[in-house]
Amino acid sequence: MRPHPFRVLDIAEEIPGCMTMRVAPDGAGGDAAFAPGQFYMVYVFGHGEVPISVSGDPVKSGELTFTVMAVGSVTQALCAVKPGAVIGLRGPFGSAWPVEAAKGRDVIVMAGGLGLAPLRPSIYRLLHDRNDYGDIALLYGTRQPDRIVFPQELADWRDEALIDVDVTVDTAGRDWPGKVGVVTELLKGRDVDPGRTSALICGPEIMMRFSAYALLDRGVAAENIHVSMERNMKCAVKMCGRCQYGPFFVCADGPVFAFDRVQRLFRTRDV
Amino acid sequence: MVEIKGIRTLLAENPFFERMSDDHLETMAGCGKLVHFKPGEFLLREGDEAVTFYLIRDGEVAVESDIPAAGPLSVARVGAGGITGYSWLFPPHRNGFDSIALTNVSALALDGECLRGKAEADHELGYQLMTRFAQVMLDRLQAARRQMLDVYANGRTTDAASG
Repeated sequence: MRPHPFRVLDIAEEIPGCMTMRVAPDGAGGDAAFAPGQFYMVYVFGHGEVPISVSGDPVKSGELTFTVMAVGSVTQALCAVKPGAVIGLRGPFGSAWPVEAAKGRDVIVMAGGLGLAPLRPSIYRLLHDRNDYGDIALLYGTRQPDRIVFPQELADWRDEALIDVDVTVDTAGRDWPGKVGVVTELLKGRDVDPGRTSALICGPEIMMRFSAYALLDRGVAAENIHVSMERNMKCAVKMCGRCQYGPFFVCADGPVFAFDRVQRLFRTRDV
Repeated sequence: MVEIKGIRTLLAENPFFERMSDDHLETMAGCGKLVHFKPGEFLLREGDEAVTFYLIRDGEVAVESDIPAAGPLSVARVGAGGITGYSWLFPPHRNGFDSIALTNVSALALDGECLRGKAEADHELGYQLMTRFAQVMLDRLQAARRQMLDVYANGRTTDAASG
């Protein structure tokens, strides 16, 4: 499966070291349709290929948005591309957030750090079909106020009052008007109807673990809690085995899993 | 007498004292008073003798420490229904952090020395108090440990994987 050329429309710094870019198919063959939670293999010519979840609106046709933290040689090269540059894309791959199955239910979206990026398409989808859902809450935690991604959208979503947006940081100066503490603290005192709640969690694995446990403590069933796993994906088509996670291949069986499928693995070291 | 009855009612309304007996609420009310703080005023000062804890009724309080050359850093925020001040419970009775009002704050201040005396005289009251404080401190301890783990920093990088 060869990558299709996509042209970079624009690219902007989200937080230091992290860029958000919009791309569109450059010529025939590129497909910009995806389901929230899916990822693409993004090829930076001359550097290599990395899996990146889509962070943009699934309803917007003809373009894709990615949010990338520069951590390795490929992502550093990706973050350095300029508008007009051409990159290669394969995909979309993997499982999606169960936004359709959650219709008629309350939805709690829990994000940690850059984990908000893969969840953002699901939030767009929930907002597009707002009347199909009960209460929707976005609980977002990150290290400090200057590490908050998509701050304008968080403010807009809060102002629109279509979803309940609650943000907390680990530490903050006195000028921070929000909450201080880990993201699981945002569940405390919150009215949760466990029988009709679906939860979508994305962030570092330890954050997802604590968040899932906190939801289980509130009575939300494990099959209604979904997490997005992160592994070193290479082929993206269940062939190379690089992303094996217990009996699963994250590239094809995931990255989104119902927690009851992976709960045992979360407690297994070195998986 | 009027104020004590008022304090007793306010204590009963706080979720922290849910299911506390009327007698114990009445006893504790004698150790409490209603207080108000303006933004920027300290409820507790790091290093001071810990003689009081506060049940926040309204407003927002930052639990913080001043970092040299960096300024005050919040490690927790306490809002309506929350508590700040645990150091009165155990020796050396010294506050570990500052608590400062970020907004106008209305709170019930409870005299720790007074409460310790009453708890010593009535161990059932002491047990009821300790059970409640132990729960809050367990929650805070676990939250603090998770903060220490820096859970947002480790693992998720590009978002779907590495590279």
